Order: sequence, then C-alpha cells, then structure tokens
Amino acid sequence: MGLDPDALLDRLQAHFPEAILQRAVARGEATALVRTGDLVAVATYCRDEGELRFDHLSDIAAVDWPRRPERFDVVYHLYSIPANHRLRLKVHAADGQPVPTVTAVWPAANWLEREVYDLMGVEFAGHPDLRRIMMWDDYPYFPLRKEFPTEGEPDEPADYHVSFPPGTERV
Amino acid sequence: MATDLEQARQSIGGLSVESVTETGEGRRDMVVNMGPQHPSTHGVLRVVLDLQGENIVGTDVQIGYLHRGIEKLSEARTYTQVIPLTDRTDYTAAMTGNQGLCVAVERLMELEVPPRGRYIRTMIAELQRLASHLIWLGTHAMDIGAATVFLYCFRERERILDFFEAFSGARLTYSYYRVGGVAGDAPPGILQQIYEFTNYFVDRLAENEELLTGNDIWLARTQGVGIISAEEAVAIGLTGPSLRGSGLAYDIRKAEPYEAYADMDFEIPVFPDGDVFARYRVRIEEMKQSVRIIRQCIEHMPDGPVNVQDSRVTPPKREVAMTHMESMINHFMWNIHSFPTPKGEVYSAIESPKGELGYYIVSDGSNKPYRLRIRPPSFCNLQALPLLVRGQMIADVVACIGSIDIVLGEVDR
Repeated sequence: MGLDPDALLDRLQAHFPEAILQRAVARGEATALVRTGDLVAVATYCRDEGELRFDHLSDIAAVDWPRRPERFDVVYHLYSIPANHRLRLKVHAADGQPVPTVTAVWPAANWLEREVYDLMGVEFAGHPDLRRIMMWDDYPYFPLRKEFPTEGEPDEPADYHVSFPPGTERV
Repeated sequence: MATDLEQARQSIGGLSVESVTETGEGRRDMVVNMGPQHPSTHGVLRVVLDLQGENIVGTDVQIGYLHRGIEKLSEARTYTQVIPLTDRTDYTAAMTGNQGLCVAVERLMELEVPPRGRYIRTMIAELQRLASHLIWLGTHAMDIGAATVFLYCFRERERILDFFEAFSGARLTYSYYRVGGVAGDAPPGILQQIYEFTNYFVDRLAENEELLTGNDIWLARTQGVGIISAEEAVAIGLTGPSLRGSGLAYDIRKAEPYEAYADMDFEIPVFPDGDVFARYRVRIEEMKQSVRIIRQCIEHMPDGPVNVQDSRVTPPKREVAMTHMESMINHFMWNIHSFPTPKGEVYSAIESPKGELGYYIVSDGSNKPYRLRIRPPSFCNLQALPLLVRGQMIADVVACIGSIDIVLGEVDR
C-alpha cells in the first residue's frame, strides 16, 4: 500500500488548511470533507501532487440526509494506480445548490455525475452534458431521494423542485 | 427531443450540420440508431451514430432501458435480502456480484472469513471469471462472424454451471455467498471434478485460441481497431481486462488482495497495444491464470468451517436451533430481522470479470443499508465507447462493444 490514511489527510490538510472541514479515518479508509467551493482545487491537487497521484476516479455517489439543511453528501472515491492508496472526498450540498463538476479533472466523472443528477437531483455546475442517464428525459422525480417511496405512487412532482421543460406533460 | 440529441452530439464532440465546411468536411450523411434491439449490443443498449459515409463522426450512448432501481430497493431490504439483488446486476457473473457485497459488509462489520470459506469463495469467483469470459468470447467472436466459437464456449460454460448448480442449486442467479462465508460447504467429490474440468478446459481453450488468434479474418477485424492509450483509459475510468489491454497492470486481486488472493501464485496478463485484439489477448491469458488459481485453491483447500463463527451473522446450526430454546429464538430472530451493522461507511472494491466492482455502503446502525451504491465496472467501461469508436467504421462498433465486455444489467442496475 502507498501512504497510510493519516499521512494522506495530513498532506491534504497542510496544503488546504481552510478547505478541509473535517477528516476521519475508519476501517483504514481516509475521508476528507471538503468545502464545496474548493472541490476542484482539492481534486486537481489530489490528481497532480507527486506523492498522492490519484489518477483514477473510482466512483461518485450521493447520499441523502433529508433532515440536514445541506441535505446531500456527494462522495468521491479516488484511487491511485501508481501509489496504490485510496481516498474519499465528500462535499455537502443543499437542495438546488450546484456542486462544481470534476469532469475537467477526471473525464470519468461525466457519466457518474450524470447518474447522481438523474437519480438524486444534485446539479453539477459546469458539467458539459448534464442530461438524465437512466430515466427518460421528462421524468419528473429523483428516485433515490429518501422521500421517494420504494413502492407505490410518489407524491406530486411539485414537491421535488423540478422545473419542467416547456411543453412537456407531467407523467 | 431532436434538439436535445443535437446538443448532446455537440457536447460529445459530434458534428452539427452548421459545422460543415465548403469542401464538405464535417458533413453528416446519416444518423443511425444502433439498438436498443441490435443483437451485438448484448442487451438493450442504444448507440446513436453520426455517420459520414461509413465513418463515425459522433457517438451518443443511451442507456437505462434495464434500470430497475436496485440501489433504491436495497435500502428497503436487510443485507441478506440484498444478496439476490446483486445477482441481477451482472447476471453473467452473479457470483462476483454476491462476493462484492459480502466483502463490503464484512469489512463494515470487521469480520474475518475462516480459511476454508475464503478458499471456496476464491475458487468460485475464478470459476465465475471463466464462465463470464466464455460468454464474452463466444458472443464477441459471433459478433465478428466466428459462430463456431460461440457454440464451443457455451459447451464449456455449461460444465461450470453444473458445478454452480451443485454448490447453490441455481444456474444463473446463485445467491451463494453469505456475509461471513458461503451458503453451504462444497458437495462431496466436487473439488475433484472441478480439478478434472480444469485439465479438460485448458485443452478446449487452446482449441478456441487456435480458431481465433492466428485467424486472418479475426486479426483484420481486431488489430488496430478501437485503440485507447493507457492515459486516456485511466482518465475515462476503464478498469479490469479492458484497462490491462492498454498496458497498465492494475488488478485489485494483486493491489489490494481480498479473500485468499494473497496466498495465490498468479500473474496479471498485460498487453500494451490498447486495441480490440489486445483486450482479447488479456482475457484469454486471464482464463489461463484463473485455471492456475482454481487448481491452487483445490490443492491447498483447508479444512474447517466455511462460515465465520460469529452469532451476529451466522444463524445457529439446525440441530442446536431445534433443541435449545435460546438458539431457537436466535434462529428465529436472525431469519426475521437479519443482523444490524455498526454505524459508518465503507467502500470496498473487488476485481470482477468486468473490472473494478465497488460497493459503497452507508450504515445507520440498523439491519438495512441506509445507502448502498454499486460502482459498476460495465457502466464506467461503456463510457469509453465514444473514444474507442472515433474515426472507425460502423462495423467496428460491434467489435468495440464486444471488446469492453459490458452487461447491460450492470450498466443500468
């Protein structure tokens, strides 16, 4: 294995004393909570810095915490193929608050961010192609949000803060 | 809709009508919808191709036809009940789907599977890799026009399915792995049969290779087609054999050994060319390495229990449950409520036949995942398709799709 989780976070915190809001190490996994506005700077540093070299973006996931004011966690799982270590970056986002895109840092983020947008409704500012990817284009819900029922009819789409393209009918 | 597609094309580097120059450069003769019912798309995949003559100038991949909301469904199920859902992600390699989830939950709960359990799981995962690669080889070859290989591959795969049926009772959706071990020990005599099968299989594989590797038509259709460099492949998120076909030796079995891979002696086949042929060579060599691992598992198979001896995740034995009151209650509670996991989050990745299969679990301390995210290798690999087919002919799209080995059940989930 490459750098151990604490050393990784130390490195990151030393370079971004302001932008890293929280850090945690659990089960050998390093997690850093990044200030949303600084995400791209942190991501670029993670990719380019000599010892970190996170060249592979494994995954982007979003977690919904409806009772929190900033209800979404957007979670980035990074991996470094040359150094063999992993890091998890997290940002918080309120409903309707866009998160900066990392497609310029890792092109792999393109579809991953589209999926997060499609299923969770988190928007990515600056994304080159932010369309729905799983659901059809005029689908009015974000099904991975906690208030979306696993079975049965969802509530009226108005609750979901979705803007409809002009001319499309509600499903 | 039309304007959406137009915008989409521009954003992926396709050309719009306006960008046609006076000399006719950038002209778009035709838009072809490949799929969602095209046989070579291996399921329901739609590829919108902008064509200039027979050359591709823009690609838009449309997915989602098979989306069943598995991540959402998982939030309403206990961890044990999620296992059958993972069968239905990559249904050509259901065992590794199960394995990914179980490894992640074990990591969350900090459980250690006993050696025999680990060896059986490793052996099954490698058999699954053979079965998955056989489907890939058969369909890939058939897409390009070599129908014989398809029949041979399915004949061999049938043998593997027979073994899986003996282990799990099912031939496609096995649900054989459990958190902390497997559903049951190996049936008597089966290890010997698997060992004999590996001998048979190596011969048959050589036969298939003879049909393809030196075949002029095969070489013409695969060499120099769909080239992607190592840097591009990493940037776009390719993993697994598709990445190793670009010359990067990244394999999670070596980089972060799980199960019993740390004890195994095997190599990671790497080919540097980055074309369809290189990816084909990687998978063929990988099958030979899988055979090595299976043999080592059988030769060194430890004795002992196959499940972790932890009353949190393993139900009491039936004899005990039927004779002791506490165990009876325990057995009942386990079956109704399954088990709670500690609060926290975990990301665990395994090397599935398609690439990096990751499970990200957020637990709120209950018996159901608060959020379960599957990092599907097929989804991330499919994203590279527009890069692979740029500047190629339409017939090469078929070869390129085959070479990244996608399963739409996993792409869409």
